[in-house]
Amino acid sequence: MNNEINALLSGIVVEEEHTLSLAELCQLCVLPAEQLINMVNYGVIEPLEGGTICSQWVFSTTSLFRVQTALRLQRDLDVNLEGAVLALELMDEIKALRQNVTYLKRS
Amino acid sequence: MEYKDYYTILGIAKNASQDEIKRAYKKSARKYHPDVSKESNAEDKFKDVGEAYEVLKDPEKRTAYDQLGANWKSGQEGFQPPPDWNSGFEYHGGGYTGGANEAADFSEFFESLFGRRGGQRNYRARGDNSQAKVFIDIEDAYQGASRSLTLRSTIMGQDGHPQLKERTLNIKIPKGVKEGQNIRLQGQGSPGFGGGQAGDLYLEIGFNPHSTYKVNGLDVALELPITPWEAALGRKVIVPTPTGKIDLRIPKGTSSGKRMRLKGRGIPGKTPGDFFITLEIVLPDTLSDEETSLYQSLQKASNNFNPRAKLGE
Repeated sequence: MNNEINALLSGIVVEEEHTLSLAELCQLCVLPAEQLINMVNYGVIEPLEGGTICSQWVFSTTSLFRVQTALRLQRDLDVNLEGAVLALELMDEIKALRQNVTYLKRS
Repeated sequence: MEYKDYYTILGIAKNASQDEIKRAYKKSARKYHPDVSKESNAEDKFKDVGEAYEVLKDPEKRTAYDQLGANWKSGQEGFQPPPDWNSGFEYHGGGYTGGANEAADFSEFFESLFGRRGGQRNYRARGDNSQAKVFIDIEDAYQGASRSLTLRSTIMGQDGHPQLKERTLNIKIPKGVKEGQNIRLQGQGSPGFGGGQAGDLYLEIGFNPHSTYKVNGLDVALELPITPWEAALGRKVIVPTPTGKIDLRIPKGTSSGKRMRLKGRGIPGKTPGDFFITLEIVLPDTLSDEETSLYQSLQKASNNFNPRAKLGE
């Protein structure tokens, strides 16, 4: 067991309203821009604004998690990007349904 | 160290064909992948499955492994490969293929047989981000809390062998978090390579089920049982909330299922959630003779009320 100084760590809450530029997303995902642009083309993530000019793209913070999940699915389950997008959408739906069921179930 | 039976891990027979091995691996990989798995310990099982496949898919490694493990059972302790056990085998393939196993760390058992993967990364790179889930109670979302989280990760030890390292982090959970939200802890992810920065740790918030309250986003809900006379006549009752007891005025003539909203009494935030109370009329299991007789009088007095009229009854 390591002797760590157990200081109280404060993280940053990832707010839905916060947005990320393409450059910030590249940094957080540790991916080159080309790969992220490819993910946009396949629909893994979608810029909130910026049209077709990559440098003006603005992403929601959930994009970060979608990219990381897509990468893991590709790496671990040999899924191509189209499959990864489908998986992400289904996973979102399952999550929402599960939350609904828990909320609606009578105690 | 512990012997690992790769055939059992993949659920196949010792004489399985390469095709069967591949099928079994793919099926197990889907089942235990941490992003989609519902199993507990999915991460460990996924790692085991990947390691099993790494060995069994390569005919040379498989032969070597079969020879060695003929008399061992999974989990048996005291395993040691004999010295020079694999002399005579030449591993032609790169052996450490990419894909799932690129980021994997193999067990001590694997390393003892097939050695450490060659070619340590000697460029400078930022460590990977990692993810974990932390469970809190609904009350914690109102007041904030601190949580102790123990993470297990594999790091490269001083001797160059991978080691399982446990570290405990004390994390502050700010108030106003909701289910599924993430807290980013910079630099707490996987360590970097060649002096590169460590990755970040993302903690996903989950709520423990609560005996009284249900949560939906920032809204919190409660089912409140009331008596028929409270529903009919109205009454001021005391209701528990995560921030303390409050008085609630049940209006006259309330029916079961009526939902009352206390604006802003949900989980705090820029726009705090609401607190919903659903009223449910309940009766005791048995009625006394006097109660029964009173209900019968009530029935006579309320003859005009037919709640099933719309159903054609």
